[in-house]
Amino acid sequence: MSQASIPPVPAAPNALQRFFDGDVWYSFRSSPVAMGAAVIALICVFCAVFAEFVAPHNPFDLATLELMDSRLPPAWMEGGSARYLLGTDDQGRDILSALMYGARISLFVGLASVLLSMVMGVGLGLLAGFVGGKVDALIMRVCDVMLSFPSILIALLIDGVGRAMFPNAHDTLAFLVLILAISLTGWVQYARTVRGTTMVERNKEYVQAARVIGVTPLRIMRRHVLPNVLGPVLVLATIQVASAIITEATLSFLGVGVPPTSPSLGTLIRVGNDFLFSGEWWITIWPGAMLVLIALSVNLLGDWLRDALNPRLR
Amino acid sequence: MSTPLLEVRHLRVEFPTRRGTLLALDDISFDIAPGEILGVVGESGAGKSLTGAAIIGLLDPPGRIASGEILLEGRRIDNLPYEQMRKIRGRQIGAIFQDPLTSLNPLYTVGQQLIETITTHLDLSQAQARARAIDLLEQTGIPAAAERIDQYPHQFSGGMRQRVVIALALAASPKLIVADEPTTALDVSIQAQIISLLKRICKEQGAAVMLVTHDMGVIAETCDRVAVLYAGRVAEIGPVHDVIHKPAHPYTAGLMGSIPAMDEDRERLLQIDGAMPRLNAIPKGCAFNPRCPQVFERCRSERPELAPVGAGRAACWLHAEAEAAR
Amino acid sequence: MLVFILRRLVQSLIVMLTVACVSFMLFQYVGDPVTNLLGQDATQEQREALRRDLGLDAPFPVQFARFVGNAVQGEFGLSLRQGRKVSDLIAERLPATLELALVAGLIALSVGIPLGVYAALRRGKASSQLLMMLSLLGVSLPTFLIGILLILVFAVWLKWLPSFGRGDVIALGSWTTGLLTADGLRHVLLPAITLSLFQLTLIMRLVRAEMLEVLRTDYIKFARARGLSNQAVYFGHALKNTLVPVITITGLQLGQLIAFAIITETVFQWPGMGLLFIQAVQFADIPVMAAYLCLISFIFVSINLLVDLLYFAVDPRLRTQGKAH
Repeated sequence: MSQASIPPVPAAPNALQRFFDGDVWYSFRSSPVAMGAAVIALICVFCAVFAEFVAPHNPFDLATLELMDSRLPPAWMEGGSARYLLGTDDQGRDILSALMYGARISLFVGLASVLLSMVMGVGLGLLAGFVGGKVDALIMRVCDVMLSFPSILIALLIDGVGRAMFPNAHDTLAFLVLILAISLTGWVQYARTVRGTTMVERNKEYVQAARVIGVTPLRIMRRHVLPNVLGPVLVLATIQVASAIITEATLSFLGVGVPPTSPSLGTLIRVGNDFLFSGEWWITIWPGAMLVLIALSVNLLGDWLRDALNPRLR
Repeated sequence: MSTPLLEVRHLRVEFPTRRGTLLALDDISFDIAPGEILGVVGESGAGKSLTGAAIIGLLDPPGRIASGEILLEGRRIDNLPYEQMRKIRGRQIGAIFQDPLTSLNPLYTVGQQLIETITTHLDLSQAQARARAIDLLEQTGIPAAAERIDQYPHQFSGGMRQRVVIALALAASPKLIVADEPTTALDVSIQAQIISLLKRICKEQGAAVMLVTHDMGVIAETCDRVAVLYAGRVAEIGPVHDVIHKPAHPYTAGLMGSIPAMDEDRERLLQIDGAMPRLNAIPKGCAFNPRCPQVFERCRSERPELAPVGAGRAACWLHAEAEAAR
Repeated sequence: MLVFILRRLVQSLIVMLTVACVSFMLFQYVGDPVTNLLGQDATQEQREALRRDLGLDAPFPVQFARFVGNAVQGEFGLSLRQGRKVSDLIAERLPATLELALVAGLIALSVGIPLGVYAALRRGKASSQLLMMLSLLGVSLPTFLIGILLILVFAVWLKWLPSFGRGDVIALGSWTTGLLTADGLRHVLLPAITLSLFQLTLIMRLVRAEMLEVLRTDYIKFARARGLSNQAVYFGHALKNTLVPVITITGLQLGQLIAFAIITETVFQWPGMGLLFIQAVQFADIPVMAAYLCLISFIFVSINLLVDLLYFAVDPRLRTQGKAH
């Protein structure tokens, strides 16, 4: 066979092409639920991020508030006005706009917490799995102890301690403490998963060979272990975003979350709760609905993602 | 010739996947006579286990029977509703699976599982069922059966567990046993014991056996006839002695040749070039043609049917040509 | 088996000591321990006397040991907010929380397990898909929102059920129970449902996932191959194997319930320990926080231990340690 008759090798598809050709994208396209959830989540995120442009009013600008318009029901009910689609609260603030600004805070805290706990968990997991021995035992003990405590308690504790240590903290510190508190409740799951995979990969021959030729452990972890844990970590992260948002809302509802000057959806619900008995349900229910919408769509995505990445269910 | 116990006619089993439908079994046909031991041999992925699963009606979805018939004592069983097939399972057809470690429910005693099976199919009282269970355990060679009947599966070793599995399969005295690789998961030293137990007890009870395995040695020792599967098709089927010593199909010949023998003096093991094709890439004509040392033009375009060769049958154009030439 | 129990006891002790250590550090270093013990109204002489008595210059281990000694007797000083003994406060509120958690746990188990089994057996059918959708909703609804919704529907709009407090209670010795009066039962209903919903959905999803796993095993396949009826396969074999791991997890859920009661008690103004704790956090009332922490960890650790022992009773593989032969 001469050289000339060998057909040219087609260019290998790049990562993006491979993704769209793969099973995960196919699974996404064929699941109307996943696509719907993604759309809803994107809309919520968009409204939250661009609240200044999307929201019909600015609930924080005191100059625009009209006390005459306070406690209006939603637009389709008697007494409602088309200017305030979802009604107003006792100060005349438009609920719809307050929702978007509130969602921004909630999403910010939620995502930041998940990011932090992911970094912590993955890092500790890699450490435990790779180094092994006493370090591993210690980290796993800590995991066990933390797992036996419910997240809400840990978050409350850290928040309470922060409050006691810095009684006159200003807002940024309060946010940091809150994000830290929530992220400390979630890192354990990442750590365990990553540790498991790391231990499996560590014992494989190619890793041992790499160590022999002097490749640093960091590089090994980055190149070989990380791609293998990406799937489960992604699923965990998605599900944790929902639970982080809910935890933040709960803490804010209990009065120990975000500072009152930056109301999240949880704060809005708490404030609105006082008006429940006078019949003005919309002040608390709409923020609640938004919260559920975000959490539900993220959970749906996480659920779909887990099934899509699970080879046994295909 | 008496009615065969089991007849499989032109069985096709397919798996619809998102990339198209895969045909895992393509036109399989064979018979099993009452009390006969038929071996079904082939490489991994040839379709041996699927054949057994299809016969007992436990194909894992999305697999399904696309066409063909399975007849037990002349009556079709492949199209029966679940409840009717359930009555046949265990009572007429028993099954043994590969891994004795996972075949038994760890939370129930061996006795409980035996008695449950017995009382499901036979009209016996609890005491009678228990007596029968102890008897079955003794027959399968478990010592101190009367005490061990109340033990849990994890208290038995691997070989003992497989004996319990055999006892369970034979609990209702079925006429046919489908044994799917019954010794593959066992120690080599135990394998021989289990195989001879299986052979003996089935002969005693008059049960036929469809023995699925990839181990030719087991086939040689145990079976009356053997069917060789390749890529979801039957390559050759015939009496054990003929197939092993005078293989009609080049694939079978290759299989036999690749078994190392003690009295041979070779430097390299013989092997068949290439590998069995994947289900979505089965060649046109005879599935074996890319690897066959005796291939000719017809093999590449037409698929051979099972044609009589000596006392058995083979799906190979070599013999059809020879027949035509006569 | 004895070795196992001993090992678990030691582990439990270590966990408790760790928690005690955290509590102790809260006590000592966050806020003033003297104030923590005497309350805010103590005079200067009292403070000086206590400082001498406490030997606050004593080494850390000594102080810690004293703290643990006190803790074991339930002595945590005075609440900063209310000025009363912490142990009294907690003893008052404990029955309310425990009853709430118990009722909620019963609801979660008795509804969650059957629903999970149903969802597993009817997999793929519309009713099962609907259940799974609802379960996702259940996980996406924060507990406090469920409480608010229930109050809105049942207390504000329909006016069927009360929305705060415990109702009439009967005192049995030092325990007060609301479960023996009709009024008490009416009061516990909405909070218990609220508290149970999250756990209910978790249990349902867990049971379904476990059961689906079990249905894929070889022994189930073998059971079917032996011609056992659907009822025998599903409820005789599959269910039993499903419930064994589920038991441990639901046992741990009881602990979760007690903790999540914090939220429910806040929404319904239920006079339990959770409400006490929240008020302590808002007020930075360290003694109460420390006491609550120690008590919760004790409850958790005990439940964990019990659940481990339960495993022994249920799984024969752990019981009979004889060699396989």
